[in-house]
Order: sequence, then structure tokens, then C-alpha cells
Amino acid sequence: MDRLMSLCVPSLNLRMHRSLIDSLEIQSCYLLSEHSCLASGFGSIHFVLLVSRQGKVRLTKWYSPYTQKERSKVIRELSGVILNRGPKLCNFVEWRGYKVVYKRYASLYFCMCIDAEDNELEVLEIIHHYVEILDRYFGSVCELDLIFNFHKAYYILDELLIAGEIQESSKKTVARIISAQDEMVEAAKEEAGSISYIIAQAS
Amino acid sequence: MPAGEGTALPHPIMNSIFSGTRLRDMIRSIRACKTAAEERGVVRKECADIRASINENDPHDRHRNLAKLMFIHMLGYPTHFGQMECLKLIASPGFPEKRIGYLGLMLLLDERQEVLMLVTNSLKQDLNHTNQYVVGLALCALGNICSAEMARDLAPEVERLIQFRDPNIRKKAALCSTRIVRKVPDLAENFINAASSLLKEKHHGVLITGVQLCYELCTINDEALEYFRKKCTEGLIKTLRDITNSAYQPEYDVAGITDPFLHIRLLKLLRVLGHGDADASDLMTDILAQVATKTESNKNAGNAVLYECVETIMAIEDTSSLRVLAINILGRFLSNRDNNIRYVALNMLMKAIAFDDQAVQRHRVTILECVKDPDASIRKRALELVSLLVNENNVKQLTKELIDYLEISDEDFKEDLSAKICSIVEKFSPEKIWYIDQMLKVLSEAGKFVKDDVWHALIVVISNASELHGYTVRALYKAVLTYSEQETLVRVAIWCIGEYGDLLVNNVGMLGIEDPITVTESDAVDVVEDAITRHNSDMTTKAMALVALLKLSSRFPSISERIKDIIVKQKGSLLLEMQQRAIEFNSIVDRHKNIRPSLVERMPVLDEATFNVRRAGSLPASVSTMAKPSVSIPNGVAAAPLVDLLDLGSDDIMAAPSSSGADFLQDLLGVDLGSSSAQSGATPGPKAGADLLMDILSIGTPSPAQNNTSSVDLLSTPGINKNPSNALDTLSSPALPHIATTASAGGMFDLLDGLTPSPSKEATNGPAYPPIVAYESSTLKIEFTFSKSSGNPQETNVQATFINLSPNTFTDFIFQAAVPKFLQLHLDPASSNTLPASGNITQNLRVTNSQHGKKSLVMRMRIGYKVNGKDVLEEGQINNFPRGL
Repeated sequence: MDRLMSLCVPSLNLRMHRSLIDSLEIQSCYLLSEHSCLASGFGSIHFVLLVSRQGKVRLTKWYSPYTQKERSKVIRELSGVILNRGPKLCNFVEWRGYKVVYKRYASLYFCMCIDAEDNELEVLEIIHHYVEILDRYFGSVCELDLIFNFHKAYYILDELLIAGEIQESSKKTVARIISAQDEMVEAAKEEAGSISYIIAQAS
Repeated sequence: MPAGEGTALPHPIMNSIFSGTRLRDMIRSIRACKTAAEERGVVRKECADIRASINENDPHDRHRNLAKLMFIHMLGYPTHFGQMECLKLIASPGFPEKRIGYLGLMLLLDERQEVLMLVTNSLKQDLNHTNQYVVGLALCALGNICSAEMARDLAPEVERLIQFRDPNIRKKAALCSTRIVRKVPDLAENFINAASSLLKEKHHGVLITGVQLCYELCTINDEALEYFRKKCTEGLIKTLRDITNSAYQPEYDVAGITDPFLHIRLLKLLRVLGHGDADASDLMTDILAQVATKTESNKNAGNAVLYECVETIMAIEDTSSLRVLAINILGRFLSNRDNNIRYVALNMLMKAIAFDDQAVQRHRVTILECVKDPDASIRKRALELVSLLVNENNVKQLTKELIDYLEISDEDFKEDLSAKICSIVEKFSPEKIWYIDQMLKVLSEAGKFVKDDVWHALIVVISNASELHGYTVRALYKAVLTYSEQETLVRVAIWCIGEYGDLLVNNVGMLGIEDPITVTESDAVDVVEDAITRHNSDMTTKAMALVALLKLSSRFPSISERIKDIIVKQKGSLLLEMQQRAIEFNSIVDRHKNIRPSLVERMPVLDEATFNVRRAGSLPASVSTMAKPSVSIPNGVAAAPLVDLLDLGSDDIMAAPSSSGADFLQDLLGVDLGSSSAQSGATPGPKAGADLLMDILSIGTPSPAQNNTSSVDLLSTPGINKNPSNALDTLSSPALPHIATTASAGGMFDLLDGLTPSPSKEATNGPAYPPIVAYESSTLKIEFTFSKSSGNPQETNVQATFINLSPNTFTDFIFQAAVPKFLQLHLDPASSNTLPASGNITQNLRVTNSQHGKKSLVMRMRIGYKVNGKDVLEEGQINNFPRGL
């Protein structure tokens, strides 16, 4: 009950993020460190991580190979570092020789891991781009939307990034492709519905 | 359009028909859980249902099961049992099933799982599907998780799709290709033509991905780089110019910049094209200048573009006017109020130092301010940058600033900061007194964070600065009174007081800048006593204090009774090492007054050069040098004069039981150097981190290199003495601390009359391993002696001696041996094939143990010979090889 309540508290709600977008209230960090046991990947983004302020994982996307064990270790480590960073600090954390760029929108932290020499500022833009598309799709997105429709958040991310690289800079295009696919699903659903209806009738 | 009312799944109607909870309900019930245990319960039940449903193999439940599994997966529970469901969904004909199937594939599997190979065929079919969205799904999945094998199999399909009619497929195919060429660089040349065609596109998505693909190809393949440099540089410059000058386009506008993502990718590609090529660099000068000057810098998007532009300017061939522009941008970044911008500025200034040190030096004050920033990320960057800025001219000023800040910095930053200051001071110090002063300040402020090699280095420097001994010991004495909680400061102080206590008390070697202080002998002893009795002093400190006390007992004869009392108290120490040393030292004080002064003479000046070489090579290089048996020689040599000095019977020199099975016992007894060095000569010294502490201070007990077992470690001295083998080889004069390590346990036993010295078995330089009797029958005895070949710890040379115990001569004597697979055996010819009565012959064997350190040698052998014309065959197995060969 507690958790439901807390998630519905308006202040924790992504719905407010329009104003956040305007004011660009960002906290980010870059992480770097000596021993990198991470898989050596290439490409600008190694993984994307959405974590709630309570440390719950809302979305993970891995573009470089990590074993399941490494994945949960990475999540644990990073959420420990990022959730504990105070406000008004920079949005970058150096971590295991990589940088993690994070940005907080209401109750959610959007994190992306890149190589130490990559453009951190651009990654902040990519995060923001993604949030704007989510916002447009869900209509003032909030964390609950992303919980119950997590697969949609993944579909949208897949239209934005492939192999850790950005594939589309137009929000409109992404929205169009997603809705075209949603329509196909709807159509298939109706068809299936009618068939099952017929079967049910027949039996 | 967004799933509003609980239609989280594609088939809501079916959901109501078939059993099991809906996804939405499952998420609700999981979220309603108040405890982790409750959540586990719900998940367990759901997983059980899903498994049951999978077993029924009902296609209608598949997508829902998979969606649930993905959610469960995100919570961190194992979901491997659902992997096959992904494949089934992908193979089914409908788009909704494929969509969720591919999603599951990307989420639940990674490229290292073999299951993934099974999907190659479905992917191939879908890449040729008539529905472009299905093609899109397949491309996306391939681009995100394909392995090298899949990349090879499907590269032709992807290559073809780069020319597909729909731009959305083209862009996906382009990014998919970037993954393919990363996985299989040989395929790069197949994509060059297709990639260059993408550069002419107008569709931004295709253009972005096309530029990215070209960038990837250029970094992988030199041919591609040449090709794009020749054919595409001008086109790319034009594209960049067009979008830079383009009118407002709402679809692509971000904070006044048209498509910053495309900007950045174009700049990145130009960077690789311009790097190392003056002509290409020349072509792009204008547009780079334009981007650098005209880009709005009040929003993040603009700064991101500027960032990339500066990177490109710094990477391409020298165009000095542009570089001035770039440095100016970085200067502006550095003074920006936004932390992110300052962070990237610091980062990039590090690169800028390479070509314009002066320009970066101008920002020194600002950078120093950043070291004091509340943001850890910024502090860390700034500190890195400062350490690059230091040179002979500004070292004093910068060090002062940093040390001042050390006093007030956060605790968790002190470690990084003090390490940096130490390295700066060591590298640039103009004179010894300044170095010593700065190090004292650092140790006073952050002594507990300083690494061992730093204070070891300080002691080496102090030891070498003979004119400053008095000054240093007085300064340390003053410092330690105030900062007694800084462990390393205390150690250095104790060491100096032990060595130079007389200079402290008598104010010897006063420098003009010093205020005279009055320190009595008992004040000096107070400091040492305090260190040894404080409960939070660690083993090393206490051991050093004990040695210092022994030295002081000779330097300050007037209070040697008091010192003796302190030493005696340590007899009750819970630390075995301390207890033993206390007993030994007490015995020296009590019963060997005549030799004590020479025992505790001042340490010879420590060899700076040797120390530095060792320190530099202390990590990997030392491993190989350690392995050489020759290392044992200096130790042995060092031991010899000591023994003479102590007038101990030479029979007692090496009491060590030399079989390594007795390690444990040796440790208990305080370990003799002879055996430990011998053993380290024979083993590759896994802990060869070269603990120089040992070299300099010679405290404590070198534990044998094989002491990896925890029981032994518990007893041996914690934190120090990891590496016995090259301990002390710089020291060969009979200063006291040698005793602790160099003199063997046997030597010590003489001091401790309570213990019976064990009989000596070998001389110091004797073989590392005891000979064994490999075989003995009524007629024949075989003895093996061992030596290690230098350079290769795996290799053991065995000399077999065959002794005829019978009164008859053996003729046609032949020795054969067999070893298990992990060993390699090489037999040299025997010295003779005739073994006369009571005579012997020898034969050399070389054994290489590939499992060295894990398995012991073992050998089966057969000996054939003729006695009086009759064949005799003897067989045996040798299991009693010394361990560690």
C-alpha cells in the first residue's frame, strides 16, 4: 500500500516533467575507475538503465555483452552511486573506466554508460530526447506508465537506439513508426478476437 | 493510442478466456507486496504457472507468459526457462507475437548464449519478410545482440537492406551493419560502397546512421578511411554547412540547433578524416571555424556540438588559429556555472595540454578552484589536470595550495589528493629539505591515507640526506606530538627516533631556520612507548617501535632500564611476532651488552637508486626475478657476518627444517630467512609485490612465499612481509634490524635459552630442496637431488644417483621413467651403463611441471640391468618428491 501511495504522490510523478524539461534540472555524473571487469564493448552507449528513486529497476538495455551476474552487479553498484549523489552536482559519474551519464526526471533516473572519451553532453541530449518521445507517446508520462507498459518503453527505445547508436533524431518519425506498429497489433487483436468469438459460438 | 485501460497485452480477449492472471494483475500484486519475502512468494507462484503453461505448449498464452517473464526478469529473478518461448514467438507468423518475441530475445538473452544461434534462421526469414515492420524488428534484434557467427551468416541480408526502399529500414540496416563490422572487422570492405551511398541521403535518420557507419568503417579499415577521405570529405562538409545554416526546422530543432545529433556525428566523422591528413584538414577549416563561432552556447545541445567541434579541431592537423578558438571555447566552458560544462572543460583541457601548455596554464587558478568543488566528479578531473600542469616553476605554489586544501577536504577525497600531492612532490621537488617538509605536512594531515611505498620512499630520502637527519627527526618529533593518530607519520617518526634519537636530544645539526627545542631522552622514549602501547597501532607500527626501543636502549644508556621494562611488557603481547621479538630483544639487552652497540648501529644509507628501480618494477617484473634462485644468495651472505658477530656456533645457522611441509612450524618459530629464501627461489613468488618495507626496515618475519594457506597467514605478520625473497638484499652490514629477519631462527634460539636449537641440516647456500631417496631395494638405491633452473619455476633439474648396494656389477643398466600428462620429462644420458659393486652412476632428468604450484611431481620408473648375464627388472613409483617443485 505504501509503495503504491508513494508512487502516486504528485511530486514523484513524471507528469511534472514538462517543467523539468524546460528548466533542465539535471544531475548527472561520470564514473571512471581502474579495474574494468566489464565486457569491452564498442559504440557510444554500453547500456541504458532506468532506476527509480527507491532503487527499483524500470528498464535495462544492454548493448555490450554482460552476463546476468554482471548485469545485476552493475545495477547494484550504479544505483548505489547515483541515487546517493546530491542535487546540483554534475550529471556524470566515473565508474570502472567508463562514464555514466544520468539525469533525473521526477522519480526516475535515466542512466546511460559510455566510454570515457565520448561526448557526455550529447548523451544528456539523447536521454532528454527519449524522455520527450515517451512523454508524447503516453501523454505526460509518469513512472506508473513505464511500470505497467514497460514493453512500450522498450519498443520506443528500440526505435531510438540500435547497437548503442542513435538512429533517429526526429521525435515525429519515432512516434509515427510506433503507432503504425501498434495499429498492426490492434488489427491482429481484432481479427483474433473475432475468430475466437466464432470458435466460441461454434462450440 | 497508448494502452490506457489494462490492455497491456496484445490479446485482451483471449486473456479473459484462458487461465492465469493477466500481466497487469501480476504487476499489481507484485507491487502490493510489502516485504521482499512476500514478493518472492508471488513471483514464485507466477513462475510456476508460467512453467506449467509452457509445458502445455499453448500458443495463445505465449506472449503473455513472455511479457510476465520480462517483468520478472527486470526484478532480478532467473527466467532462463522462458528463453525457448522467445524463439517460438519469433517463429510464429503474426506481427504481435514476433514483436514481443524479439523484445524478449533482446532482454532475456545475450550474445553469449548458445540458444541465440537457434534464432539465426528465423532472423534470416524475417529479414526477407514482406512486411517492412517485421524486417525492422529483425534488424533491431540483430543490431542489438548479434554474435560474430550470426554477423557472418546474416551480413549479406543486411547489406542488401541498406538499399531498401523504406528509409526506416535503411537506417536500421546501417546501424545493424555497424554492429556487424565491430563483431567481424573483415566484413568491413563489403559495406564501404553501401555506406557511401547513404551519405547522400536527405532523410536525417538515414544520414545519421550512414555517417555513423562510415565512422565505424574508418576506424576499423584503413582502405575505407582512404576511400571516404578522397570521395566524401567535401560532401560531408557541404552537408554540415547546410544543416548549420539551415532555417528553423521544428522537427529537428533542439534549443535553436538543427539536429545536434547529426551535427555531432558529422563532426566526429570529419575528425577521423582530418586526422593525419593535412589536405582534408585544410578543407574543413572554414566550416569548423563557423561551427565554433556561431553555435549558441546557452543550452546543453549547443554545448554538446561545441564540445564535439573542439575535439575535432584538436584532433585534425595543425591549424593554429582554429586551436586558439578551441582553447577559448574551453576557457568559456571552464568559467561556466553549469557543473556539466565545467566537468567536460576539465576533461578536454587535459587533451589540450598536449599542444598548448601555456594556454592551459593561464587557467590554473580556476582549475585549482575546481579541485575544491563540492562535486566529487569535478574534483577528480581537476586534480588529474592539476597534476599535469605542475612543472619545476610552479611546483612550490601548487603544492602549497593543494596541501592547504588537504587540511579541510572531505575525508574520502584525502586519499586521492594526498596520493597526487606525494607524486607531484616526488617528481618535481627542487631540494631535499623542501621534499621532507612537504611530505611531513602530507603525513600530518592525511597520514592514514598514504600508501606504503610513499613513506618508504620518504625514509629512503631521509636516510640519504645526512645533513638533515637532525632537522628531520626534530620536525617529526614535533609533528607526531600533534598528529599521533596518523599511522604513517608515527611510523616514520619512530624509525627516525630509533635511528637518530641522539641527534634529537642533543639538538645536533641545527639549521638556521629551526627553533631550538628541548627534548629529554625520556621524552623521546615516551613517543615510542605511546606508539607501542596504543591499542589501535597496527602490527607494523608496533614492530617498528620495538626495534626503535632496542636501538634507543643503546643510544640512551641512562634510561635503558626503563626501555627494558617497556620491552619486557611486550612479552605478553597477543601478537606472536611481538612476543618473540620482545623476548629476543630483552635477551640482547640483558645478556649481550658487549655486542649491543655494534648490533644497533645506525642503518647504512639506503640505496636510493635500487629502491627506485625496485619500486618502479615492483609489480610484474619482479615476479620473474624473484623466481631465480640467485636471490637467496644475498640473504645468505647477509646472514653470515651477523652470525659471526653474535658469536653463535655455526652449527646453528640454519635450523630450518628444509622440507616445505614444515612451513607452518617455521612460521610459528619466527621463520628463518635461509629456508624462506630458498623456497622463494624455488617458487615463483606469487606475492612478489616486493614489499620494500622489508628491504628498508627489515622488521618482522618474512613468511615463506608459499604461505598462502590461511592458517599460516593468521600467524604470520599481517599486512607486511608479503614477500620475503628479496628482503634485505640491499643490506649487508650488521645493523640491528637484520637480526629480526636475517639471522636465522637458529641464531635466535641461542639467545633464547629456553628453546633447544634444532639440528642444522644445510648451509645457507645449500640446495633449495632436500634430496630424497627415490627408491631403495636390497640391491639398488636411487637418490634424487633437485635444483631449479633459473627463469622457469616450472622446471626442475633432478640428478639421479644410482647406488649399487650389492656385491655384483650391474651391466646394461637402464633407467626408464614415466610421468603423468601435466609433467614433461627429459632424460639426459646416464654417466655410464655399468654400475660397479658399491659404485654409483648419475643421470640428469629435467622435469617441467605445467601445474606448478598446484600439483606435486610424481613419477613411475623402471630399472633394467643384468647381473651375471641375468636380466633384472625393478619397478617403483616415486611419490615422495618435495612439495612445490
